[in-house]
Amino acid sequence: MTEFRPLLADTLAALPLPEIWFGLVFFILATFLLLDGFDFGVGALFATRADDGEREQLIASIGPFWDGNEVWLVVFGGALFAAFPRVYAALFSRHYLLMFAILGALILRGLAPELYEQRHDEAWQRWWGRAFVVGSVAAPFLLGLFTANWVLGATRTLTLPGVVVGLAVVALTVVDGVAFLRLKTRGDLRADLRRSGRRAVIAYVGLAVASLGVIYATTPAVRPELTSPLALALVALTVLFAVGYAVALERDRHYLAFAATGGLVYGLVALVAALSFPYVDRATGLTIQEGIVSPLSLQILSVGALVLLPLVFGYFVVLYSAFSGPVDPEESY
Amino acid sequence: MIDPVIASRLQFALTTIVHIIFPVMSMGLAPFLVYFTWREVRGGPPVYEQLRRFWTKVFAVSFVVGTVTGIVLEFEFGTNFAAFSAVAGELFGGPLALEGMMAFMLEATFLGVFVFGRERVSDALYFISSVAVGLGTWLSAVWILVANSWMQTPRGYELVERGGREIVTLTDPAAAYLNPRFPYMFVHMQNAAVLSVALFMAGVAAYYVFRHHVWGYPVEGVSFWETTLKIALIALVITAPLQAVHGDLYARHVYETQPQKFAAMEAVWETDSYVPEYIVAFPTNLGDLTDPQAKELFGIGIPGGASWLASGGDPGATITGLNEYDDAPPVAIVFWSFRIMVALGFWFILLGFWGIYRWWRGELYEDDLLHKALMLSSLLGILAVELGWIVTEVGRQPWVIQDVLRTADGVSPGLTGGEATLTLAGFAVVYLGLLSLYTYVIARIIRAGPPKRAELRTSEAAPATPAEGTADD
Ligand code: HDD
Ligand code: HEM
Ligand code: HEM
Repeated sequence: MTEFRPLLADTLAALPLPEIWFGLVFFILATFLLLDGFDFGVGALFATRADDGEREQLIASIGPFWDGNEVWLVVFGGALFAAFPRVYAALFSRHYLLMFAILGALILRGLAPELYEQRHDEAWQRWWGRAFVVGSVAAPFLLGLFTANWVLGATRTLTLPGVVVGLAVVALTVVDGVAFLRLKTRGDLRADLRRSGRRAVIAYVGLAVASLGVIYATTPAVRPELTSPLALALVALTVLFAVGYAVALERDRHYLAFAATGGLVYGLVALVAALSFPYVDRATGLTIQEGIVSPLSLQILSVGALVLLPLVFGYFVVLYSAFSGPVDPEESY
Repeated sequence: MIDPVIASRLQFALTTIVHIIFPVMSMGLAPFLVYFTWREVRGGPPVYEQLRRFWTKVFAVSFVVGTVTGIVLEFEFGTNFAAFSAVAGELFGGPLALEGMMAFMLEATFLGVFVFGRERVSDALYFISSVAVGLGTWLSAVWILVANSWMQTPRGYELVERGGREIVTLTDPAAAYLNPRFPYMFVHMQNAAVLSVALFMAGVAAYYVFRHHVWGYPVEGVSFWETTLKIALIALVITAPLQAVHGDLYARHVYETQPQKFAAMEAVWETDSYVPEYIVAFPTNLGDLTDPQAKELFGIGIPGGASWLASGGDPGATITGLNEYDDAPPVAIVFWSFRIMVALGFWFILLGFWGIYRWWRGELYEDDLLHKALMLSSLLGILAVELGWIVTEVGRQPWVIQDVLRTADGVSPGLTGGEATLTLAGFAVVYLGLLSLYTYVIARIIRAGPPKRAELRTSEAAPATPAEGTADD
C-alpha cells in the first residue's frame, strides 16, 4: 500500500486530469442524453398514438430502463459538483428557477407512466398520459436551454440561442425514441414510426443549423470556437450521421439507425464542449484550471471513476441484454 | 416574501423530510427481499414467491419516488446552498459523485432486472439482481452519510484560500470519510430503516390477521399475512433493542463531539453536574410557555439521568450549558424530538417482545389488542426516523458544518426572497400531491393483496405443499 500510493499518485499527476474531467463531465451528459433521450422521445411519441394497446407497448418498452438511464443525470450533477464545485455552485444558483423547472419536468415524467399503469379508467389515463407527454417534452427542452446558457455564458434564463437549442434537443430525443422503438415494437406501430423518424431527423438538422446561426449572431464571444476546424468537422459529421440515420430507417437496419443516433448525440455534446473550452463557466470566467478541485481530491475521484465506470457499463450490458427484442406489454413483476 | 435564508432552510427541511421516507422503505425492504428471493429460487414454499412479488411492488414504487425526490436534493446544494457548495464542495461533491457511480447505478440497473425480469433471466442472475439492488441502496446510504457525518464532525481537511475565499481542501481522505461520527450514524440509520419496515409490515399484516381471526371476515390467502406477521415480528424483536443500545452509545458520542447539541437535546442552560433526564418538562407558570429558559418547571425527571447518559454511567458528570455559547439551536424542537424518538424506541422494544410472547403462547392470531397496537404503530418507525434527523440537523444549528461554516453563510448569495419563496411554495404543493399519490398507490397494492396461489410460478413446480408453519386456507 505504501509503495503503491505514491506510484499511483505519480502516474495520475502526469495526466492532464483537469482536462480529462472536463471531457468526462460532458461525456456523462452525452450518455444521459442518448439513454434517457429515447425515454423522452417515447414520451413525446406517446402523444401521437391513440390506441390503448400501442400506448401500453410504449410505456412497457422503457419500463425496465428509464430509471437506470436517469441516473446518468444524477452522476452528471455529482461529477460536476465533485470536479468543479465552484462551477456547480455558481451555475445552479444562477439558473435557480430553471433548475427547479427541470426538476418539475423530471418528476412528471418519472411518476406519470407509473401512475398511468395503476388504473384503467379513461379519465385517469388521459390525465397521466398528458402529464407523461408534457414531462417528456419539457425536460429535454429545458435541459437544452440550460446547457446552451451554461456554455454560452448567459446570465439570463430565457435566451434566444437557448430556446432554439432546446427545440433542437427535443427533436433529437424524438429521433432517438424512434430508433429505440424500432427495436422494441412490432406491427403497425413499428411501420408508422418510420415516418416520424424521418420528420424528426429533418427537424433536428434544421434546428441544429438554426442554432449555430443564432449563436453566431448573438454571441460574439464564441465565434472563434464556432468557426474552428473542430467545430466544422463536428457539424459535417452531424449531417453525415443524419443521412445515415435516414437511410438505415428506410432499409430497416434498426441497430444501424440506433448507432447513427449515438453519433448525433455524442457529436452534439462534443460540439457543446468545444464551444465552452477552455472555460468551464463562461459567465464567471472560470477556466478548467481555475475551477478544478484540489489535486488530491481529483486523484481519488479519478481512481473511483476508473474502477466504477467500466462496472457501470457492465451493468447496462446485463440490463439491456436481459430485455433485448420487442416488448410484451403483459410482462412485469 | 420570506427571507432567502429562512426559505432555503425550510425548503431543504421539507424536501429531505419527504425524501427520507422512500429510502427508508427501500433500504429496509432490501434485506427482506434478498431473503425472500433466496428462498424462492432455492425451491422454498410458494409463500416466498408471494412475499417477493408483493413487497417488490412496494419497493418499486418507493424507488421511483425516491429517485425523483433525491435528484431535487442533489440540485438544491447548488441552487440554494451555493456558498456552502463552493466552500465544502471538495468534501461534499466527491461522496455524491461516488454515490452515483457506485450505488445508484448498481441499484437502478439491477432494479430493472429485478422488477421485470423474473421470466427472462436465470434463477442465479435473478438472485444476484436482488443482492445488487439491496447493496445499491445500502451503499448509497454509506456515501450520503459520509457527507452528512462530515458536517457533524469535520476532519481530514484544511482551509485554503482560493479565489478570495477560504475553501475546505481535502488533506486526509481516510480521516475525512471515516470521520468519528460516520460509524454511529451508519449503524443507527440502517438499523432504523429495517426496524421501520418491520413495523410497517407488521402493521399491514396485523390488519388482515385481525380482520380474519378477530372480526371473522374471511380473508383470502390469510396464511400469507400470517407468515408476514411472523417474519416482521422476528425482525422487530431483533432490531428494536439494538436501536436503543447503539442510540445510547450515539448519545455519548454526541456529548463528546457536539456538546452544544447535547445541551440542546437535554435543554441544559446552566453548566451543571447531576443533571436530571427529563421525560417531560413544562413551565408551571403559563406566562413562561414562550420562554425557553423558564426555570419553574413541572417535570418528571430521572435524577442524574442526563449526566449518566452523557458520561456512560456517572450521574455526577458535568454538562456544559447552552449559556456558554454565543447562540443556541431552537432548543424546544431538539428537546422534544429527542424525547419522542427515545420514547418510541422503547415502545418498539415492548411491542416486539409482546408479539413474540403471544406467538410463543400460541395466541398471536387472537390478541386483538396486539393487532391494534401494531396497526397504530405501522408508521411510527418512519416518524422516529424523521425526529432523529431533526435532532441531528436542527441541533447542529447555527452551524451547517460544525464550527466551520454557519448556515446563514452557506446560502446562495444571489438568491432573492421572491425566488426562494416561489419554489418553497411550489414544493409545498407538489410534495403534498406526491405524498398523497404515494399513499394512494401503496394502499391500492395492499388492498389488492398478494398474487393468488394459482398464478404463481412455483405452484406448478411444488403443488399443494402448504407453507411451513401455516395451514393453507
Ligand atoms: C426507528 C427509528 C429510531 C429509533 C427507535 C431511535 N432512533 Fe435515534 N435516530 C434515528 C432513528 C431512531 C435516525 C435514523 O433518525 C437518526 C438521525 C441521524 C442518525 O444517524 O440516526 C437518529 C439519531 C439519533 C441521535 C443523534 C443525533 C445527532 O446526530 O446529533 C441520538 C443521540 C439518538 N438517535 C439516540 C437514540 C436513542 C437513545 C434511542 C433509544 C431508543 C433512539 N435513538 C431510538
Ligand atoms: C434524510 C434525512 C434528513 C432530514 C430529515 C434532514 C432534515 C433537515 C432539516 C430539518 C434541516 C433544517 C435545519 C435548520 O435549518 O434548522 C436540514 C438542513 C440541512 N441538511 Fe439535512 N436532513 C437529512 C439528511 C441530510 C443529509 C444526508 C445531508 C447531507 C448529505 C443533509 C444536509 C443538510 C444541509 C446542507 C442543510 C442546510 C443547512 C442547514 O439548515 O443546516 N441533510 N436538514
Ligand atoms: C439519511 C439521508 C439519506 C439516505 C439514507 C438516502 C438514501 C437514498 C437511497 C437508498 C436512495 C435510492 C432511492 C430509493 O431507494 O428510494 C436515494 C435516492 C437518492 N438520494 Fe437520497 N438519501 C438521503 C438523503 C439524501 C440527500 C441529503 C441527498 C442530496 C444529495 C440525496 C440524494 C439522492 C439522489 C440524487 C437520489 C436518486 C438516485 C437515483 O436516481 O437512483 N439523498 N437516497
